[in-house]
Amino acid sequence: MKRRHFGYAAVAMVAAAVSSKAQAEDKPLVIGVSIPAADHGWTGGVVYHANRIAKAIEANYKGTKVIVKTSPSGAEQASALEDLVTQGITALVVLPHNSDELTGPIKKVKEKGIFITVVDRALSDPKINDFYVAGNNPELGRVAGDYMKGKLGKADIVIIRGLPIVIDEERQKGFADAIKGSELKVLDSQFGNWSRDDAFKVMQDYLTKYPKIDAVWCQDDDMAVGVLEAIKQAKRSDVKLVVGGAGMKEMIKKVADGDAMMPINVLYPPAMVGTAMEMTAAGLVNKNPVRGKYILDATLVTKDNAKEFYFPDSPF
Amino acid sequence: MFLQRFNLRQTAPFIALLVLILIGSLVHPNFLTYSNLIQNVAARTAFIAIIAVGATFVMASGGLDLSVGSMSAFTAGAMILFLKSHEASGGALLIAQGMGLAVVVGLFCGLMNGLVVTWGRIEPFIATLGSMVILRSLFTWLANGGSLSISPELKDVYAPVYTGSFLGLPIPIIVVLLVGTVAALILYKTAFGRHVLAVGSNEEVARYSGISILRVKLLTYVIQGLCVAIAVILYVPRLGSANSATGLYWELQAITAVVVGGTLLKGGRGNVWGTLAGALFLETIGNILTLSNVNVYLIGAVQGAIIIIAMLIQRGLNRREI
Repeated sequence: MKRRHFGYAAVAMVAAAVSSKAQAEDKPLVIGVSIPAADHGWTGGVVYHANRIAKAIEANYKGTKVIVKTSPSGAEQASALEDLVTQGITALVVLPHNSDELTGPIKKVKEKGIFITVVDRALSDPKINDFYVAGNNPELGRVAGDYMKGKLGKADIVIIRGLPIVIDEERQKGFADAIKGSELKVLDSQFGNWSRDDAFKVMQDYLTKYPKIDAVWCQDDDMAVGVLEAIKQAKRSDVKLVVGGAGMKEMIKKVADGDAMMPINVLYPPAMVGTAMEMTAAGLVNKNPVRGKYILDATLVTKDNAKEFYFPDSPF
Repeated sequence: MFLQRFNLRQTAPFIALLVLILIGSLVHPNFLTYSNLIQNVAARTAFIAIIAVGATFVMASGGLDLSVGSMSAFTAGAMILFLKSHEASGGALLIAQGMGLAVVVGLFCGLMNGLVVTWGRIEPFIATLGSMVILRSLFTWLANGGSLSISPELKDVYAPVYTGSFLGLPIPIIVVLLVGTVAALILYKTAFGRHVLAVGSNEEVARYSGISILRVKLLTYVIQGLCVAIAVILYVPRLGSANSATGLYWELQAITAVVVGGTLLKGGRGNVWGTLAGALFLETIGNILTLSNVNVYLIGAVQGAIIIIAMLIQRGLNRREI
């Protein structure tokens, strides 16, 4: 009797092993997407585009599932990653809140054999990610600087910076390198904290401080809103050009409409999360090689190409 | 002699402000101009000044409201959403209705804060920290994580509320002076005002003398909510939009303005005009630092140092009078 039982058990185990192997082969591709919650304009855009592309991937690749999870903080994102692993993801696309806090948790996901795509904010240990997609901050500064140099020739300009963090420094450095040796004179450079209200104040004070300002570089479209309003309220006609950046829909629309004071924009698009998701899916489903780095350039948006970058339904 | 010294305490915030203006006039020739000091600095102080007047009541009664920044964002968000959804009928009447809505939202938020503090008997720090997080999140939800803006056409109709002027004074400044006058009358000339100070200086004594502590405290939070609404009514026409940076750290600026203005953080003494001077003092520091050539990384340090020095001098003056 005992032996017979053992025999049944062995058969059952083999059967179970075979069927689970078969399941593993048919297992549909599940892509987990972990991004910060919409806490400011740009991340609002990230959430919008992640959901937009999730639908597109599920429609294009039959049987593929995309789970988008937003997290309001780094700690909560770490828990969200664990939940995604529990839900059986085969690939993870992650835009980390910050590199220091999330490098460890992402490494744990990697150790489960899951394909890792990191977006925008590089991890402390770059060996963890299989694929990396990011915008180009030094390039955002360089493109803006090159354009202003070419457009203005000899001119007095003011700069409004973001917050004193790496992103801001890279943009500043790119800009400074681009205008080195040119006839652009930087009168002043102060922090506007990527805030409309603070940029409004700084611009008001610049207008008090300097009798003649030819152009403003404020690297970010939210701050450009405050800058434009301050100039308008001061009724100053000396400022001819305001260059923002990142591609906020209201500003892209201005460019498309041929606004005289804002003829261009420099992209740092939240839609890059979509690029990362599409390429991850393409790599895993169709076996295209997608390992390595994919750095977007900081595209110069002009009246001619503005339509390509205009998403009227996006919150950003 | 006593009277003279008492006035010293009352006027200390104004003396500090005058000294600062003197320093400013040395820093840049354009500092002491109508367009800088009145049109720019005084006008943009309006939001914090009005909110700080409300905070003067809350703090004089021994309370605290950390939610005013988030409340401003939420109220502005609700107002803009309302204006957007009725944009077709755009015009002065619509804007008046929007203002009415802002007042209702502000009063409601203040009432909720007040009820949690009084009826719920939760420490004001925790109660308003909670509503600060809730209201910020509600705003983000309203804005779908981005920003909310009214149409350029409607903004052109509404803009004069911030940019316009009457008898040479920008409208925001006139509103601040009106709010200050009414607040001073309430705090200094009414029974309610005396009750606020009594509750703030000693709750037990106030209770024994028959003051309804709960009612007095509840009303201070409602006043705070109303002040936030008035500030929002001036804020929305400036940029015509609100986003996640709207109202950020306004609670800290308002509390600092109130304390710099001579109101005690622990309650029992309130100085409405001092609060207005305090708010203007803070904004003027920022203005002077931008006009000066202080290293951009050190601006925060200089700002903090000026506030501490001003408080130390005030404390010195107060001590001498005792």
